[in-house]
Amino acid sequence: MTVPPDLPERSSLPDIDPEGLLKLYQEMLLIRRTEELAAKAYTMRKILGFCHLYIGQESVAVGAAAATPGSYWIAAYREHGHAMAKGVPAKEMMAELFGKQTGSSKGYGGSMHIFDKSVKFMGGWGIVGGHVPLANGVGWAIKQRKEDTVCVCFMGDGAMHQGATFEAFCLATLYKLPVVFIIENNFYAMGTSLDRQSAVTELYKRGAGVGMVADRFEGFDVEVVRERVGRAADYARAGNGPVLLEIVTYRHRGHSMSDPAKYRPEGELEEKKLSDPLLLTKKRLQEEFGASDEALEQIRETVYAEAQAAWDFAEESPDPDVNDLYAHVYAPDGE
Amino acid sequence: MAQLQIREALRRAMVEEMRRDESIFLMGEEVAYYNGAYKVSQGMLEEFGDQRVVDTPISEAGFAGLGLGAAMVGMRPIIEFMTWNFSLVAFDQIINTAAKAHIMSGGQYTLPITFRAPNGAAENLGAQHSISVDSLYAHFPGLKVVTFATSDDAYGLLKSSIRDNNPVIFLESEMTYGLKGEVADEEHTVPIGKARLRAEGTDVTIVTWGKQVFNVEMATKKLNKQGISVDFLDLRTLRPLDEDALYRSVAKTGRCVVVHEGHIFAGVGAEIAARLQEVCFDYLEAPVLRVTNRDVPQPYATNLEKAVMPNPQRIIDAVNRVLGR
Repeated sequence: MTVPPDLPERSSLPDIDPEGLLKLYQEMLLIRRTEELAAKAYTMRKILGFCHLYIGQESVAVGAAAATPGSYWIAAYREHGHAMAKGVPAKEMMAELFGKQTGSSKGYGGSMHIFDKSVKFMGGWGIVGGHVPLANGVGWAIKQRKEDTVCVCFMGDGAMHQGATFEAFCLATLYKLPVVFIIENNFYAMGTSLDRQSAVTELYKRGAGVGMVADRFEGFDVEVVRERVGRAADYARAGNGPVLLEIVTYRHRGHSMSDPAKYRPEGELEEKKLSDPLLLTKKRLQEEFGASDEALEQIRETVYAEAQAAWDFAEESPDPDVNDLYAHVYAPDGE
Repeated sequence: MAQLQIREALRRAMVEEMRRDESIFLMGEEVAYYNGAYKVSQGMLEEFGDQRVVDTPISEAGFAGLGLGAAMVGMRPIIEFMTWNFSLVAFDQIINTAAKAHIMSGGQYTLPITFRAPNGAAENLGAQHSISVDSLYAHFPGLKVVTFATSDDAYGLLKSSIRDNNPVIFLESEMTYGLKGEVADEEHTVPIGKARLRAEGTDVTIVTWGKQVFNVEMATKKLNKQGISVDFLDLRTLRPLDEDALYRSVAKTGRCVVVHEGHIFAGVGAEIAARLQEVCFDYLEAPVLRVTNRDVPQPYATNLEKAVMPNPQRIIDAVNRVLGR
C-alpha cells in the first residue's frame, strides 16, 4: 500500500535516534507489563467488572503518541495502552482499575473510563462507536480557537459498522476538521472475525464514500506508526481536513478477561506473535542500533519495578469515600 | 416592557449570550440559512456568521456528539434538534455521554451544553412527531431538564441553561412559539430548579409545566367561578425538581392533580405522585390524580388526537374527583 497522494510523503517529525527508539520501547514495555499485572490482579479479583487488554497492540498507541505531542486523544474501552502512551501515570491507571480514590477517575470510571484532563486524555468510552462523534467537537474547538494541534480518535474494527461512526466521518469531512481517526483493525470485534462483520475488509475504503483521505498500513513497527500517523497529523493540522487511518494490528488476548478466544484459527496467534511490537523493536535496537543486553535488561528492570510500584500504590490506596457518592453527578454552578 | 413572541424571547436569550461569550455557538438542522425550522434563530446567521450559527446535515447523533466533544474542551454549544422526536437517534449521545462524562471522569470534564427543541404534540403530526420526552430525559441523573410556558420564563430560563455547567435538556413547544408575553427590557435570568406559583389557593394543588400551563389556566378560571381556589404550580424545571414548592403547596391544600403531556405510564406525574405520598402522606385528603395523554401512540385524525390530549374539562373533572364532588 502506497501513501495516498493527498498525504505528505514524509512527516515533519525528525528521524528517530537510538535514544528515542529506546524510549518508545520502554513505554511499550511498561504498558505490556502493567497490563500483565492487571490480568493477574483480575484473576485475584482485585480488578472487577470488564477488563479489555491491549497486549499486542502497544506499538499503535505509543507510535501515535510520539507523532502527536500536545494533541487531544479520545479512545474506546480497550484504552489502557492509549492512556499510558498519552501520559497517564501507570499508578493512577492501576488505581482506577482497582477502583481506588487515587485512580485517574477517582474510582468512578474503571477500566473502560480512564480520563486525564492534564494530559488531554478524554476517555475511555464503553459504547462501541459512540465516542467517535466527540472527536469532531474537539476538532471544532481546535479550529475555532486556531490551536496548532489535532484530535486523535481511536476505534476498533467493530466500531466501523455503527451509525454514529459514519455520521462522524461525514461531519468531519464536511466541516474539514483537524481530526485523525485511527481504526485499530485487530480482526476481531469481540469474537466475530472481520470477514464475518463486513463485506469490505479493507476498512480504510470507508473513507472514500465520505470524501475522507485514508491510508492503511501494518502497525507492528512503532517507527512506522509514528511516521505514518505523523503524516496524517501534518495534513489535518494544516487545515486540510480529517484523515482516516486503518492500522492493522492484532490482540494477543481475548476480547476481555473472560474470553479464552477459542474462535481463532489454529496457529494464528503463534504466527502473529512473530510480529509482536516488542520483539520487532527490541530486534532493531539490538541489530541496527547496537543496544547492549545490559542496557535492555536495565530497562526491563526499571519497567518491572514501575509496574509493580503501580500495583502497590493501587493496593495501598484508599477506597473512594461513600460520602462523595453524589459529588460528581453535576458540575458546580458558576462559570 | 416589551411584548415578545416566545420565539423572539428565545432568540433574544441566545443572541445576548452569544454576544457576551464567544465560546457559544448554535448548531442544528436549518438553523442558519433557513433561519430555523420554527424561525427561532431568524437573523442570527447574519449577526454571528456561519461558524457560530451552523447548519448540519440530518445527522442527530453526529452533531449532538460534536457538541458534547466541544463542550468537553471548554466551548458552550447550543444544539437544536428540529424536534425532540428526532433526538432519539442521538439518545446514546445524550444518555451515555452527556449525562455520564462528568462522573465517569471523576469530575474532571464538565459539559456545558444546551440541547433545545420543541417537545410534545403539535397538531395532526402523527405518532412519530408528537412525543413528549420529559420522563425519558428526567430519568437520568447528570442531566437537567428545563421547560417554560411564557415568554419571560422562556427568555430567563434559556439564558440560565446556556450558562449552566451541565447538559441541559430544554423543552419548547411548536404550538406556543408565536404566543406573545411581556419580557422585562433589562437583561435578567430565571433560576433553574425553581417552580413558579402562578395562582395561590387553598382547596387543591394543580401541578403542571410547559404548554399545559395554558390548559390549567383555563381550568382554574372555571374552577374559581365555581368557588374552588387553586394553588397553581408551574414546575418549570423537572430535574432538579423543586420539591420544597411542591410539598409546601400540597401540605397546604391536601389535594393534588398533576397535568402533563406524554404517557401516563412511568411519566413524570408518577414520580411526583410517589414523592407526595412518601413525604406528604399525613396531609393528603385524597389520592393524587394525573391528567396526561391517553396511553396510545399519537393518532392522526383530529377527533382522535383531541381525545388523547389533556384539556380543561379533563382537568376540572380530576379536580372534582379529588375534592369528592
